[in-house]
Amino acid sequence: MINKSQNQPLTFLYPHTTLTFLHRLPLSSFIYSPNSLPFFPSQFSHTKHSPSLLVSSCFIFFHLEIIMTAFVGKYADELIKNAAYIGTPGKGILAADESTGTIGKRLSSINVENNEANRRALRELLFTTPGALQYLSGVILFEETLYQNTTSGKPFVEVLKEGGVLPGIKVDKGAVELAGTIGETTTQGLDGLAKRCQDYYAAGARFAKWRAVLKIGPNEPSQLAINENANGLARYAIICQENGLVPIVEPEILVDGPHDIEKCAEVSERVLAACYKALNDHHVLLEGTLLKPNMVTPGSESKKVAPEVIAEYTVRTLLRTVPAAVPAIVFLSGGQSEEQATVNLNAMNKLQTKKPWSLSFSYGRALQQSTLKAWSGKVENVEKAQATFLARAKGNSEATLGKYEGGAAVEGATESLHVKDYKY
Amino acid sequence: MSAFVGKYADELIKTAKYIATPGKGILAADESTGTIGKRLSSINVENTEPNRQALRELLFTAPGALTSLSGVILFEETLYQKTVSGKPFVEVLNEAGVIPGIKVDKGTVELAGTNGETTTQGFDSLGARCAQYYKAGARFAKWRAVLKIGVVEPTELAIQQNAQGLARYAIICQENGLVPIVEPEVLTDGNHGIEKCADVTERVLAAVYKALNDHHVLLEGTLLKPNMVTPGSDSPKVTPEVIAEYTVTALRRTVPAAVPGIVFLSGGQSEEEATLNLNAMNKLEVLKPWTLTFSFGRALQQSTLKTWGGKVDNIGKAQEVFLTRCKANSDATLGKYAGGGAGGLASESLFVKGYKY
Repeated sequence: MINKSQNQPLTFLYPHTTLTFLHRLPLSSFIYSPNSLPFFPSQFSHTKHSPSLLVSSCFIFFHLEIIMTAFVGKYADELIKNAAYIGTPGKGILAADESTGTIGKRLSSINVENNEANRRALRELLFTTPGALQYLSGVILFEETLYQNTTSGKPFVEVLKEGGVLPGIKVDKGAVELAGTIGETTTQGLDGLAKRCQDYYAAGARFAKWRAVLKIGPNEPSQLAINENANGLARYAIICQENGLVPIVEPEILVDGPHDIEKCAEVSERVLAACYKALNDHHVLLEGTLLKPNMVTPGSESKKVAPEVIAEYTVRTLLRTVPAAVPAIVFLSGGQSEEQATVNLNAMNKLQTKKPWSLSFSYGRALQQSTLKAWSGKVENVEKAQATFLARAKGNSEATLGKYEGGAAVEGATESLHVKDYKY
Repeated sequence: MSAFVGKYADELIKTAKYIATPGKGILAADESTGTIGKRLSSINVENTEPNRQALRELLFTAPGALTSLSGVILFEETLYQKTVSGKPFVEVLNEAGVIPGIKVDKGTVELAGTNGETTTQGFDSLGARCAQYYKAGARFAKWRAVLKIGVVEPTELAIQQNAQGLARYAIICQENGLVPIVEPEVLTDGNHGIEKCADVTERVLAAVYKALNDHHVLLEGTLLKPNMVTPGSDSPKVTPEVIAEYTVTALRRTVPAAVPGIVFLSGGQSEEEATLNLNAMNKLEVLKPWTLTFSFGRALQQSTLKTWGGKVDNIGKAQEVFLTRCKANSDATLGKYAGGGAGGLASESLFVKGYKY
């Protein structure tokens, strides 16, 4: 700390005084558009700070300023543009990032062998469904899929890009238990994450996803679980942004339990508040992020409520915690049936209240379940399966506009997809 | 329990929303006896109760002025004062659709071991005092937390103490029927650039909203009174458009949309600067989920004070000046201010280094 009695502050001279990189920006360099704000042009240079430099800045040469609101690196403009694009009304995300193990469970449920060819075939079925890509702004992929091609040899990444769909990549490495808690977890995957993000960017990915998981119980979520997961999400987010990927921030609160919707609302607010405090602490550029939260619902063992109630509680929770700088919120479907997930999203978009972010979907099971069943691994079923997928994609697109009329007529669309203690 | 929903919840939400009505704002007339003394002495007027009463009566009865106001913050003494003809000020305000508010903090005290950083006191019996003020007609409150920018300031201690203080004050207000105005003022003093102010403001606001969440404050029943994001007082000035961009960016990154309105403090800005900056913010073509309006003290009263000079003969003229500033700021909340309301006095900087209330 600066000693008051001294005439000069203790000094720590930096070799390069380029810390004032954000100073004296000419006014003309500010560009903004209706749903975003001035973002700094990418052509000026900056110096990266290591955490230790900032710590030792207790003693700083008195006219140097460490000035850093959000981190604005070379990808800032692109991040903002991509995040805004993903939030385009009428579009949403297909979460097709099931790990090899998880997709195995899906395939086995339709008696299909879990091999690379089958995994590829399923994803090709989805990505080449005629007319479906127009309803999607992004698809989250598992690493294997990022490097796969169609049977005719076209990279999936190209198929998506040609269809106006941004490829995304799951970058976390699953959840591990927190010792001393009752089954609470934190998410791993930070080691070497920067390099992996760079590689994924080179391969065509433009956004990433990292799933943090919390549960509701008598003493859960604990402050430890909230802090660990919020901090993990923030670290993941800033590393993504340093490497050109828009981070989807996903703090999922599991639906398991007998609690009511009020309890879910309370926990969701606490978790989201902690997340946004952590994102601020870590200098994450909110305009270049997306949020993937759970909807606010009663617990899986509790009485159901109407979509309008879910919509009110969910939007209220978000209004209380998610800053307007975030361009879009893309809900996870949890264990909801395809139809429930669409109807709930629709109700939110019909709600007459202020919503400074667009509300859309990032659905996995809730977009694929009926399609999977219709396909059952058989080539002759591909067309029927694709028709099913198109119907669900279109239904959710309508839901983002509050225009879904219900019953996007597919078999099995109302089947609950809740699996207790679901693990990816 | 997400937000605390007590018996006043509906009323708090309604009041907060009303105060944030576009086209209206707040007159901060809550100068403590000591502070108003400085103002009065600057126009050679003695600091007596009748003079303090006369000044406030001048403001509250200025013809046409109250339509531009949704609230007035009062000092405790003023809450119980009347016009010369015996009508309680609270009634005068209520009849004109202006909600009386009350300053409830008891000033700042230094945090030992810091370089002049402070925290705000006023918690003792705050609940009971709020209940009393509610009975006397107040429906919102104000508590000023102060942070400064320096080589290592604001420190984490100062940010945490002030954020926690604001949150405790806010929940106590809500338990007793008063809408809390949350005021985390980051002082302009210094030679820092606007980016530094933005950085500090964002960090402070993030901490404040985390604290409000921790304390179960009902955001829909609160208002925020922040500083605008500007260069330091010793730094070169920038245009209102730049101030608007930085300010709105900072708020979009930190203030949840559940908050109905943001009522800016004027700091040491001149009357004209404060109005122009507010106007630029409201003209900015970007999504703003809260209304942006004013809670000005000096920036609404300065010229009026000078014009009055304590003389009965000047009241009419002073009230006209006050009306002009009120209307100008009302226009600014709609992005419709055409500039230059009433000349020289309005452009006088009101910056006082190390300003203490």
